[in-house]
Amino acid sequence: MAKNILETQDLKAYFGNKQILKGINLAFLSNTVTAIIGPSGCGKSTFIRSINRINDLIPNFRIEGNIIFNDQDIHDKNVDEVDLRRKVGMVFQRPNPFPKSIYDNIAYGFNIYGIKDKYTIDAAVENSLKKVALWEEVKNNLSQNALTLSGGQQQRLCFARALAIEPEVLLLDEPCSAIDPISTAKIEELIHQLKKNYTIIIVTHNMQQAARVSDYTAFFLLGELIEFGKTDGIFTAPKDKRTEAYITGRFG
Amino acid sequence: MLGRKKFILGLKEKLIEKLLFLCSFLSVLTTFGIIFILSAESIEFFKEVPVLSFLTDTQWTPLFVNKHFGILPLLCGTILTTFIAISVALPIGLISAVYLSEYASDKTRNIIKPLMEILAAVPTVVYGYFALLFITPLLKKIIPSISGFNALSSGLVMGIMIIPLVASLSEDALRSVPNGLREGAYALGSTRLQLSFKVIFPAALSGIIAALILAISRAIGETMIVAIAAGQQPRLTLNPLVPIETITAYIVQVSLGDTPHGTLEYRTIFACGMTLFLLTLCLNIISFKLKKKFQEIYE
Ligand SMILES: Nc1ncnc2c1ncn2[C@@H]1O[C@H](COP(=O)(O)OP(=O)(O)OP(=O)(O)O)[C@@H](O)[C@H]1O
Ligand SMILES: [Mg+2]
Repeated sequence: MAKNILETQDLKAYFGNKQILKGINLAFLSNTVTAIIGPSGCGKSTFIRSINRINDLIPNFRIEGNIIFNDQDIHDKNVDEVDLRRKVGMVFQRPNPFPKSIYDNIAYGFNIYGIKDKYTIDAAVENSLKKVALWEEVKNNLSQNALTLSGGQQQRLCFARALAIEPEVLLLDEPCSAIDPISTAKIEELIHQLKKNYTIIIVTHNMQQAARVSDYTAFFLLGELIEFGKTDGIFTAPKDKRTEAYITGRFG
Repeated sequence: MLGRKKFILGLKEKLIEKLLFLCSFLSVLTTFGIIFILSAESIEFFKEVPVLSFLTDTQWTPLFVNKHFGILPLLCGTILTTFIAISVALPIGLISAVYLSEYASDKTRNIIKPLMEILAAVPTVVYGYFALLFITPLLKKIIPSISGFNALSSGLVMGIMIIPLVASLSEDALRSVPNGLREGAYALGSTRLQLSFKVIFPAALSGIIAALILAISRAIGETMIVAIAAGQQPRLTLNPLVPIETITAYIVQVSLGDTPHGTLEYRTIFACGMTLFLLTLCLNIISFKLKKKFQEIYE
């Protein structure tokens, strides 16, 4: 029986005095893929970056409302943000591999948790690189600096890095915006497979991509949730005029 | 009418350009002049003292009857004080840099940085007497056998003096690490400490090494503190508790003395100057290369 692994309740977010999110109520079923779409600047990144509390690092960022993850408010005193981020992984809009070797990029997540066992790490490196279809390309150069990889390879490495520590939720902020169509296809294929074990939230500007990979779609406009529902429904029969206008490319 | 105005304007432009060129040419000229004099006098010196004995003789007694011209004791003094200075400045400077770049709020940083720069603006002669009249007596309470002039107190004070240099340059290196790396590390569940030392620090390493090398070359060239507080006894020793002499302090000693121009004794300062020049030049080149490499990584 699927359950809501994650839920936002009347989520409002501010940068200084500027309100970015105006009360978002969204629930995410476990083992589903939800796409978040909307025009640039409508607060998609702000929304998903609130879920793993990365935005909390920005000095003038402030939040109201609740984000419930596994039945617990993530801003609860008992919730350790480091722990939360381990369970809620993220791939960023721009590839951000560490200037370390390919191997060390993936080993990092184990390293900071004090896991030193070489067999465990070796296996995780191989597995996660295989999942993102990067293994064949780099298996002989694992000690190569990750910055020497192409943009698409770097992004897949960041994906592998996030997968290696086995989070429960994956937040993907336009993971394909900086990469070529072939890598994009590989990542979409990966998202399909990952659904078995993960709950995925993906921000995308690509309507076809949203339609291809997601089960649910949420449409944001100027910090508000305009429409949410099954992806099929949203794309074939949107209830709101603004949603229709956006997905048919008439504005945004 | 218009043509004339244009003509005058153009003339002005040209004049200003020439003037600017002259100014920059002057500093280049000065540099070449210094190198020329250094080389010329050094060549005269090495006509009388073989390079080999300059580099291997273990005594430096050019002002005595029994003359020896071995740079090693002076070099040893320089290395000893530099080493002590760096042992102080590197850890404290780096920790300050990490604090300023990764922990401090903008507000705190804006207070602490100018304060640190004041530390760098104190005249070195003040540091020299601080070492001689404050630090040495303090050390004497802990280590009674320490001499009134010694490498330790001048090294320590020199270290304090270059903390701002290390901190400020390393902080620049740390802060120029792209924010995306910070977010990436946090998103994997790093603590701030892990982020600072396992991601940001290694990412900025070549910039930090460049800062370190610049600090070393600053310490090697530092004159006033060692001239005042380290003594004037060229000695081939690594004991920080006894009087020693550094290359720079020796140059001061001879320049202030009444050594006649044109003598071999007089030329020793140019040989010493040359040694210093080559040392710091090498270090600066390495530092420059590293810095360039560091900039390339993130562009
Ligand atoms: N660090 C910040 N400080 C102040 N304002 C910010 C900050 N980050 C984002 N904003 C503002 O928040 C609003 C929403 O930004 P957000 O990045 O969430 O948009 P987005 O929907 O992800 O857009 P895009 O599709 O272009 O990535 C924008 O108006 C932006 O200017
Ligand atoms: Mg965005």
